[in-house]
Amino acid sequence: MQAISLICQYLIPVFVLFTVVYGFIKKVPVYDSFVSGAKDGIGIITGIFPYVLAIFIVVKTFDASGAHVFIKNIFSLVSGPLHSPPEVFSIAIVKPFSNAASLGIFTEILKSSGPDSIGSIAAAVIMGSAETTFYVLAVYLGAVGIKKTKYLVPVCITADVVGIIVAIARVKLMF
Amino acid sequence: MNVIWLLVICISILFSAVSGRIDEFTKAMFEAGKAAVEVCLYLVGIVSLWLGLTKILEDSGLIYKLSNFFGAAISPLFRKIPKGHPSITSISLNLLANLFGLGNAATPLGIKAMEELQTLNREPDTITFEMMLFIVINTSSIQLIPFTVIGLMANYGSRNPNIIVLPTFVSTVISTTTAVGILFLFRKLSGRAG
Repeated sequence: MQAISLICQYLIPVFVLFTVVYGFIKKVPVYDSFVSGAKDGIGIITGIFPYVLAIFIVVKTFDASGAHVFIKNIFSLVSGPLHSPPEVFSIAIVKPFSNAASLGIFTEILKSSGPDSIGSIAAAVIMGSAETTFYVLAVYLGAVGIKKTKYLVPVCITADVVGIIVAIARVKLMF
Repeated sequence: MNVIWLLVICISILFSAVSGRIDEFTKAMFEAGKAAVEVCLYLVGIVSLWLGLTKILEDSGLIYKLSNFFGAAISPLFRKIPKGHPSITSISLNLLANLFGLGNAATPLGIKAMEELQTLNREPDTITFEMMLFIVINTSSIQLIPFTVIGLMANYGSRNPNIIVLPTFVSTVISTTTAVGILFLFRKLSGRAG
């Protein structure tokens, strides 16, 4: 564990060092190159901004409306027989939209049911194996201005659902 | 996307009205504006940073060498990308960053990868299969060690937070494989290659 954590810490610095030194050896004006590349950043983000805004409005208002309390209550009917806290399902619902919100729910579960409970562990696995799908979609598609996404969104949602089911099943096997 | 957006907004308004929190809805909307600006400001910084670095890679020719190097690993999936194309490097670096949990590097490299995939696209407003594949792999996120989650569990006094490493890895591998499988299936069903 410690070793891997150390490798991760060194990965980016080593990559940066390698890039600039290799560039210097190949007689690239590294400073000028860096500046001319970095210049494009602001243009890309200007393109992304409206997409991010649209996603954030949905996430924040959904959170504030209390709708996910209702969803949690529905899922508590399902989760009762499965012996896992209903919050596990709120994580599964919230994670595709917002990392910050799902982290909040995750700490709630840790506090309320204890860090070594099946609920916490299932939530942890979901946290680690699901991704903020809609945010990624907004940013990556926004970056190149794609409007026709064919069957991408259904595929992503199916993948999320499969991931969550596998995560819960896998944790169930441990107990 | 249009349908999902509409649905979630309507649900939110409905629920805030029912639970008597309609002012919260308005407040949250304006907060969203602020949060979006903050996130984008942050993104401007790191995206520019990585674009600057990859420009050095391009000018030194290293990006093409890396593309040849990584090409062997990802070309079985990304068949339509020409050999040695710079997008191979961006895609590979993004996937590596994801694998090691380096989110700050993964997003900018992903944006860069999308831009380079777009140069291969003949219909600029329509997504290509390679883009879909790249996004699907990204959204099902293969990660070696979920550091944030382990850190939080340890913080709250878990006896053995490392217990989640293996199940997380297993479920992420299964979900990514399934996702890619579903994508290929959809391509077959939609009848048209590409």
